Formats: sequence, structure tokens, C-alpha cells
Amino acid sequence: MNPASTDPASTDPGAPVIELDGLRREFVVRSGRGLRRSRRVVAAVDGITATVRAGESVGYIGANGAGKSTTIKMLTGILVPTSGRVRTCGFEPVPQRTQLARRIGVVFGQRSQLWWDLPLRDSFDILAAIHRIPADRARPRIDQLVEGLELGALLATPVRQLSLGERMRGEVAAALVHRPALLVLDEPTIGLDMISKERLRQFLVAERAEQGTTLLLTTHDMSDIERLCDRVLVVDHGRIAYDGSLEGLGERVAMERVLVVDLAEPRPPLELSSARHERSELDGARQRFAFAPDRTTAAQVLAEIAGQAEIRDLRITEPAIEDIVRTLYTGR
Amino acid sequence: MTVRRYLLLMSAEFRRQSTYRLALVAGIFTNTVFGFLRISALFAAVRGGGGSIGGYDLAQAASYVWLGQAFMAPVYMFLWQDVAVRVRSGEIVSDLARPIDLQASYWARDLGRAGLQFLTRGVPILALGGLLVGLSLPTSPWSYPLGLLSLLLGISISFVCRFGMNLIAFWTVDARGFLILYGFVMNVLSGFYLPVAIFPDWLQVVAHASPFPAMFQSPIDVVSGRVVDLAALRTVGIQLAWLTGLLVLTRVVFVRGRRRLEVQGG
Amino acid sequence: MADPTARVITREAAPELSGWTAFRLLIASRVRAQLTYRANFVINFAGAFVLGLVEFSEIYILLHNTPLLGGLDLLQAALVFALANVGFALADLVVGQVDAIPQHVRMGTLESFLTRPMPLLLQLVTADFQLRRLGRAVFALLVLVVVLVLLRPEPTAATVYLLIATPLWGATIYAGLFVLAGGIQFFIIEGTEFTNAFVYGAGYAGQLPGSVLIAPLRVAFTFVFPATVTAYLPALVILGLPGPGFLPQWLGWCGPLFALTTGLLAALGWRLGVRHYTGAGG
Repeated sequence: MNPASTDPASTDPGAPVIELDGLRREFVVRSGRGLRRSRRVVAAVDGITATVRAGESVGYIGANGAGKSTTIKMLTGILVPTSGRVRTCGFEPVPQRTQLARRIGVVFGQRSQLWWDLPLRDSFDILAAIHRIPADRARPRIDQLVEGLELGALLATPVRQLSLGERMRGEVAAALVHRPALLVLDEPTIGLDMISKERLRQFLVAERAEQGTTLLLTTHDMSDIERLCDRVLVVDHGRIAYDGSLEGLGERVAMERVLVVDLAEPRPPLELSSARHERSELDGARQRFAFAPDRTTAAQVLAEIAGQAEIRDLRITEPAIEDIVRTLYTGR
Repeated sequence: MTVRRYLLLMSAEFRRQSTYRLALVAGIFTNTVFGFLRISALFAAVRGGGGSIGGYDLAQAASYVWLGQAFMAPVYMFLWQDVAVRVRSGEIVSDLARPIDLQASYWARDLGRAGLQFLTRGVPILALGGLLVGLSLPTSPWSYPLGLLSLLLGISISFVCRFGMNLIAFWTVDARGFLILYGFVMNVLSGFYLPVAIFPDWLQVVAHASPFPAMFQSPIDVVSGRVVDLAALRTVGIQLAWLTGLLVLTRVVFVRGRRRLEVQGG
Repeated sequence: MADPTARVITREAAPELSGWTAFRLLIASRVRAQLTYRANFVINFAGAFVLGLVEFSEIYILLHNTPLLGGLDLLQAALVFALANVGFALADLVVGQVDAIPQHVRMGTLESFLTRPMPLLLQLVTADFQLRRLGRAVFALLVLVVVLVLLRPEPTAATVYLLIATPLWGATIYAGLFVLAGGIQFFIIEGTEFTNAFVYGAGYAGQLPGSVLIAPLRVAFTFVFPATVTAYLPALVILGLPGPGFLPQWLGWCGPLFALTTGLLAALGWRLGVRHYTGAGG
């Protein structure tokens, strides 16, 4: 094989890395039992067309069951499309699975691809060998990943003894050992604490800046998208509902945050200029205010509330993906 | 109602098992193929031995094989490590905290499982065997209820033995190796591969010193009418004695294992 | 070699490892992990050894009741048992893990395997390679040695060839059946016990004198799932005995042919199975 073709640096910036054209995937759903058993065809992915170019970082979001995982499986070579076309790194994923596998890295947040009974270090060595990278060439890369993800102290620990956050950093390193041109992350931050999430995001930003890796990410955490992605694809019922920048999405839907305050004593709904009163609970002792983070800050809203009532406790909630998708259709 | 809770557990397990339909069909098919393989080997030995070995002629040999294929799933002749797995993962601590006896609840569930497997796997295999090769049936009407009782005792002895072996997990990290070894020894001595009566004398002595024939060979003997009347009652009596003894023994081991867990704090 | 660019290209192309190196490294890591818990390995190895003993006890008990089983005496039947069991144990050691496909499908590990640049079968083999299974092969080999010492067959070229080649062709045949079963398991995740009928059924049929099998089984376990070819038929050649109905003695020479057809069947079944899996998505 021509060594140049396995070098991700050879991917021209702007060249298409993922091409989806009218991609469709049906599943047969069987329900009922015995003679009354019925057979129904459901399209999990229903005609998706999109192109991701080299160097892009794309957030792929949607409600559970919207078709995210099915799309990911089709573009990584796990699942054949029912119809339509998919090309990843120029390959047809399922028939050219092994060639494709050397160009992409995949992390599934909810399952491990590390060897659970071996020290973390061994998983990296084994993966390097699977990708046919000789030790002397793999070593510097592994060292770099270990440093970037702060894994040094964990290398001798068997994977089964790692915490979820530690393991997830290990998973990301494992997916990057062979310097893939495309990194696919399926819910990489699910279940992680704030510090682990932030560490992972910082690393991914740095890694992309250095290697120019194309990134495709599914997540339920909008902060992942804000920090990592310059483009958002929203999928709903198997179709693309939005394709564009995060700012553009913010203009079309309510990307509002909600500030929940517990007041010292029950009050009628407070009138604020910086935020909208959503609803009161506990007879007005708890009130919810929605505000747009691009127009005001949480501190401003808080100051305005403090001017009118005594605050005992507070909490800020992120917009849920499900709400974003819903408002995408209904408008504000 | 204490008994009611165990009956509920039993019926829940019965229904849970009934969801694996394809597995049942596959099991019946495989057991039938193996039935014919075992019959081949045993018939060859009966013919070579002059038409009868250890009191088995061809018809009785066929009955032995088919009853065995039908009983192997209910009595459970395979690796069972449910308790050991929970001890190892530490989940056993929350099991022990429940206001229900651990051993009794597992026993109830095992009977539910066995009941379903007898009806959906045992009965079809017996029907197939009767149709394809013919079975010799007992002439005494007492053989049937007594046979059912004997099978129930066999299932229970099998359960208590399995449960007892799983308790090893309280003392070692990985009980699996021991459970596998136990399974092999049990398979041979119970009369699962070949009837105990055709073993060489020394091996018969070893077998009868163990509870294993009481879990598998005894129900087959009673149901097939190989032992009748007083002899059948005696067989069932021996089964009862084994079950009682094993219950006491596993109880002692269980209490000590639990105490060990409490002392070490899990 | 005067062209300097040519040298640069060779130097960059050379460092790529072969697939074999990765395979070896994976197997070595499995073995290392298993040997870490020494006591555990010993008991598991002993378990595999005892399994061989248990299976042999059946031959021994049967021949305790009759002088001849299907025309063979105890030593001759033990020869059949040993040849078949060495082959089956080797196949089980190398590809027995394929049996675990339903678990891999349920846990999702199979999907991870598909995103790595290594054939799926090799990843399955390396994912749970169990050295302890060698225990069974060791027992069978022991029986073979004892039988040969007692039986003292004429050491002709034919006998020596058959004694060495039979377990190897047998291992190929049984491995083919394991892989074929794996391919079928992709279609019937919940009904995998179905494949036990011809995988473990063949293993059991292979270690019996083929002449005892009732006619339909004798044909099925020779011409469809070639179990009698893995021991009984070559043993007839070695012992100079005639074959029973449907099974002429010369079939004992046909190990390579049956290994080839089983291998082709396995490759076909496996490909269809994997295609079904990527088509249906588990």
C-alpha cells in the first residue's frame, strides 16, 4: 500500500471527508405475538444529504431515536444503508471496512473498546499493532496522547479499575493512536463530571488545532457543541432539520437558559427586563426565568432578582436538545 | 403470606423463561440429535454385550436415553453460577438485605424454571422419542405420580448441590473453575452420560456414595418403571434423605459464608 | 539503486507491521492476562483436562460391558477417541470463542470490532483466546501415546502419515464447523443451541466408532459434517479393518478433501453471516 495514502496530512483541507446523499435506512419492527404478529417497516434514517469537509468540526444532534446512531453506524462501516450513498474518507464503508478503519477513529461513549483486564498502556500498544504501526513510530504518538490527556499516572492500571472519566480519556487516546483523518465521537461526555468533561474538551480543541483532524460528534450536552463545533446538524425523525452554524441555530430557536431561584419567602411572579418569568413553583418560593445568553448574562439577571427579593439558592439549566428541536418547527 | 411470595417468584421465572421460544425449539432439536447419537452408542454396547447389559435391553436403553434427554434441561446438567457471579460483584450484599430467604428464593425460581422446561422441552422430546423409537412405559399406575415426585426431588437435589457449590465464591475470587470441575464429575456420576447400572463395580460404589444418581438416575428409574413398588419407594426415600442432608449442609456453609462476608465487610 | 527517491519510498514503506505481528501480540496479551492469576489458570487447565477424562470414561464404560463396540476393542476405540479429540481440542482452542458471538452482539463489542482494521474472525479469536483449553488436547495426546505404546502398529509410511496428519485435518474440519456455526449464529442470535447439534454433535460422533451410528447419522456425520473422517476412518486404515456400510475404508485418506469442503462451507457461511449482521444492524 502506498504509505502516502495512510497519512492524514495528505487530506486536502476542504476535501469531502463524509458524503451522505439521500441516505436511508429502514428497520423491520415486529410486534405482537403468535398469529397476530405484525411486521412494520420504520425508517430510522429517512433521506439524509450532507457533506462534511476536511478540518470541519460538526455537532450531530437530535433527540433519542432521531437517527443519530444509525447514521454513525452507516458511515463507520457497521451498517449497510437501505438506499442512498455514503462515502467516508472516499471509501464505501461496509465493503471497504478495513481500509476505512485505518483512516477513522471511533469512540462509543457507552461501550469500551479497551481491553478491560489489561493495563491501559497495553491497549494502546495492541491498537498500534492492529493498525500495523511499528513500536518506534507508535511510541512518540502514544506519549503525546498520554501527556495531552493526562494519562501518565494511569498507564499501569487495569482498565476495569479506571473511573468513568479516566476510562473515557483512555478511549479517546485509543481512537487517536493511528492519527485518523476523521474522529467520530458518539456521546463522549455522557455521565462525566464537569471537570472530566472540560479536560476532554480542552484536549480535543488542542488536538484539532495541531493535527487538523475532522470531528463528528453526537452529544446531549450543548456545551460540547459550543466548545468544540463550528457547524451543527440537527436530525429529527431521520431527516436533517437544520444544517448551519450554532449562531444561526440560536437565531431560529430558543437557545435560552433557565435560571431557577429559591426565594427566602413566597412572592408573586417577579417582573424582570433582562429575563422572562417562565413559571412559579411552591406558591412562588421557587421561580424560573428564561434568558438568552447572547443578549444578557446570568449575573445581570441575578442582580435584577436580588434587587426585588432575597435569594436563598439558585441553579442554571442548559437547553435540552429535545426542546431545541421542538422550537425549530414551532418557532419562538 | 410467606409461601405466597415464593410462589410468585416461581411463576415469574416460569413466565420469564417462556419468552425464549426460538431457544426452546433449538434446544429440542439439539437434544434430539444427541439422543440419537447416545442411542447409537448404547445400542452398540447392548448388542455387543449379548442383548442385555446391566439389566438394560434395547427398549429399556432407548427409554433411558430419551428420558435423560427430556430431564437434562429441567434437572439442569449445565454450568450454573448465578450466585457466584453476584458474590463476586458484591451484589449479594443487597440480596442478603432483602426480607426473604436467599436460598429459598433461588430454590423457588429454580422450580419455576424447571417447570417450564419440563413442559416445553421435556414433554416434546419424550413425545418425539416415543414417536421415533418407541419407549417402554411402566405398567404400574403408581409409577407416574411417584415418578413426578422423584423428578421434583431430583431437580431440588440438583439445585441444592449447585447452590452449595456456588457458595465457594465466598472463599475464592473465581469459583468458575471449581463449578466447571463439579459439573464434569456430576455429569458422569449422575448417570447422565450412561446408566449407573452399567458402570464398573468400583465406579458404581463411588457414584452411590455421592448424591448425583439421586438427582438424575433415580427419576429415570422410577418413571421408566425400572424400579417399582417397594423398590421405587425406597429410591424416593433415598432421594429425600439426600435432599435433607444437603439442605442442612448447605445451610451451615451459607451461614458461615454470610458471617465471613459481614466480618470482612464485603 | 542509484535513484535516491526510490530509497526514500522503500524506507517509509518498510516499517509497516504485518497482520501476523498484531495477531501474535493480541494472543500473547491474552495468555499473559490469564497467567497473572496462576492458581486460577491451573484449576481451569485441570478442568479442561478432566473434561477429556470424562469423555473418555464413556468409551471405557461402554467397553466394560462389551468386548467389541462397533467392531473395535477398547484399545482400537481409544485410538479413535484420541485422534478425534486432539483435532477437536485444537479447533476449540483456536476458534472455540466464535461460540460467544451472541454475547458480543448483545454487549456491542462486535460493533467496535468492525471499526478496527483487522478481519472480524481474527478479532473474535483473539478477544477471548483461552489457553486453558489446551488441557483437553494434552489429555487426548496422552491417550494417543498410551494407545500407540500398547497397540504397536506397524510403523509404515502410511501409518505415520495418518497418525500425524489426521488430527491436523480433523482440527481443520472441526474449526470449519465452529466458524460455520458462527456464521449461522448471526442469523439466529436466540437459537444458537441449534448449532450445537452439528458442532458438539460432530465432536461427539467423531470420537465414537463410526460403525455404531445409525444410518442417517452415519451419512450426515460423514458427508455433511465430516466427523467420522477426523478419526474413525483413518483409524480403520491404520488398523487394517474394513469399513461398515456407507463408509468404505478408503475414505480414511480423504481428510484433505473433507477439510477443504468444510473450509469452503465455513467461509461461505461466515461471509453470509457477517453480511447479514451489517445488513440488519444487530
